[in-house]
Amino acid sequence: MSDMISRWLGWFSVRFTLAALVVLWTLPTFGLFISSLRDKDSLATTGWWTALSTREENDRARTGGAEDQVQAGDQYVIQGNVFEDTGKSARISAFGDGFLGGELTDHKVGDVVELEDGTTFTLDKEGNYEYTSSTPFEIDRGERFFYRAEFDPRFTLDNYREVLDDADMGDAFINSLTVTIPSTIFPVAIAAFAAYAFSWMNFPGRKAIFIIVVGLLVVPLQMSLIPLLRIYNDLGLVGTYPGIWLAHTGFGLPLAIFLLRNYIGTMPREIIESAKIDGASHFSIFIRLIVPLSVPALASFAIFQFLWVWNDMLVALVFLGKHPDKTVLTVALRELSGSRGDNWEIMTSAAFVSIAMPLVVFFALQRYFVRGLMAGSVKG
Amino acid sequence: MDQIGSALVAIVLGVGGLLVYFFGTNISLDKLVPDYPDEEGKIISRENSREQIRPWLFIAPAVFLLGVFLVYPALRTTYLSFFDDRSNNFVGLDNYVWAFKDDGFVLSLQNNVAWLAIVPLVSTVFGLLIAVLSDRVRWESAAKSFIFMPMAISFVGASIIWKFVYAFRATEQDQIGILNAVVVGLGGEAQTWYTEPPLNNLMLMIILIWIQTGFAMVLLSAALKNIPGEILEAARIDGANEIQVFFQVMIPQIMGTITVVMTTIIMVVLKVFDIVYTMTDGQFKTEVLGNYMYRWMFRNFDYGRGSMIAVTIMLAITPILYWNIREFLREESVR
Repeated sequence: MSDMISRWLGWFSVRFTLAALVVLWTLPTFGLFISSLRDKDSLATTGWWTALSTREENDRARTGGAEDQVQAGDQYVIQGNVFEDTGKSARISAFGDGFLGGELTDHKVGDVVELEDGTTFTLDKEGNYEYTSSTPFEIDRGERFFYRAEFDPRFTLDNYREVLDDADMGDAFINSLTVTIPSTIFPVAIAAFAAYAFSWMNFPGRKAIFIIVVGLLVVPLQMSLIPLLRIYNDLGLVGTYPGIWLAHTGFGLPLAIFLLRNYIGTMPREIIESAKIDGASHFSIFIRLIVPLSVPALASFAIFQFLWVWNDMLVALVFLGKHPDKTVLTVALRELSGSRGDNWEIMTSAAFVSIAMPLVVFFALQRYFVRGLMAGSVKG
Repeated sequence: MDQIGSALVAIVLGVGGLLVYFFGTNISLDKLVPDYPDEEGKIISRENSREQIRPWLFIAPAVFLLGVFLVYPALRTTYLSFFDDRSNNFVGLDNYVWAFKDDGFVLSLQNNVAWLAIVPLVSTVFGLLIAVLSDRVRWESAAKSFIFMPMAISFVGASIIWKFVYAFRATEQDQIGILNAVVVGLGGEAQTWYTEPPLNNLMLMIILIWIQTGFAMVLLSAALKNIPGEILEAARIDGANEIQVFFQVMIPQIMGTITVVMTTIIMVVLKVFDIVYTMTDGQFKTEVLGNYMYRWMFRNFDYGRGSMIAVTIMLAITPILYWNIREFLREESVR
């Protein structure tokens, strides 16, 4: 009996602990995502975990002006709805103050308030108001009043519209793509040739050069920045796309060569030797045999490099700078967090714009990504 | 739009250029060193002569780029670290002497050591825990996907995500950051998590732990699955309980992978920049070497001291470099 209980406890605690960890790991991103879809007002005042509950809040509204009045019998009436054109949905509980005088909570919904000038005003639960007078209204602007209401949760894409248009994250997204795609393709192509040479060709210094490549895997980027920046300044490459493509290509090469050599180098020797006997040169063996067989490894590295470049900030800061036309997403996001860090409707949606692409790539191609990661886990 | 156009043109030109280079040089080689018939009309192959040259055609672009972007700059940075701010005058060890008297540098060094002591270890422990737990449930791959997901996110994106977790509102107000909501819910006072030293350093480290745990988990999980079942069975038959099996059989079996995981995370930690730059920019006593180098290089334009800080990071990585090459040579000799 006690054995069964302890077994069950073990079974349960494994699942419980793991589930708790998964929730803990997911919650930050999930909270950001939910928040990016909430309207600005709720986001700034309540936690995202309350996003599904209604919110009681005071707000103000204005009646229509004289031009909105219609004559009904011997009465003049201004009608309307306080929620019209706001996209909000709510139930009003009380109203008052403003031109009605007194406190915000003086009147319940449905009360007909009789004012000193002989007009009457009433507001129902859905927000429809009726402002009635026996003589024509002569007010230019509507009268102001206050109400308390239960607001339903509201989800909106407004935040995204704002960051994509006004905060230039849309442009930054395109800039990131412009930087990333060539920076992914070039090192793959260059490294594939080199990896084949290091695997299957004989030349003096083969091992020594490859040892240097292995060493370069861990050399920190920081060691390259100052001299390269000076070369780039002399050549006018700072702030240009070709400049950053070349930089990312150079920085990506050690891992690319290392990874691809691990893959190409473990292909069966017989494949290459029998092709040689048939008179094929290394060049045609590489193009016709090795490249098609290496597609999984090429894809692994490409995904790895794509994410690396997309997520990079240091290289972009140094070689592209904060030039507005060429800011990439990471730099734009960092700049926003400096200038508008408290505008969470901007920050949450901007952050999500910048992580959307990696998340799509990650969930769609996770298998290749993991393979690349495992093969190159010593990258610097 | 014309930007996408120019990127496409660049891709076509770049890839086209590479193709022209590789095909052009290799085909020219075949033309310049052709096979020829001997007196009896038999074709003599000169492939062997061509093979003397072809490897160099294959590796030339890679070697050129590695040289320009990594080897030369690394040597140059080391050299510049012995010069003054504009690299005009040789100053010997002055920059290094300055560093150990400079509060900012010493603080960065201390913080980096703290990061080193905490992040690799905690990430590895969590990664191992999750790897072991997920091995026992049917929803293993889903659980692992979620833990692994932060690996795909940029450090900047992750920083914003956590800035929101740490968001502060006065205790009386409704909290919008979940951490403060929990603290206030338990009766505590709301905190400004990333501006109060020394705890704020830990708050920044949590971001990197959150990212790196998935990495540790993936590698360790694969290693655990590679342990032969018989070894575990044998231990259990000998009467070992699960805890003993874990510590006395599994851990020794995956020690190699644990080392690789820790080393990789150590390197990430030594270079950490984005998180500090985004969260605090080194204020509130959170400075680290990566950010401090950026500061001296890009705000103070002192190339001597900037280089010196880069060299410091490199020195810390040198044992890993040595170990990496040794491991590589060892593996090559068994191959």
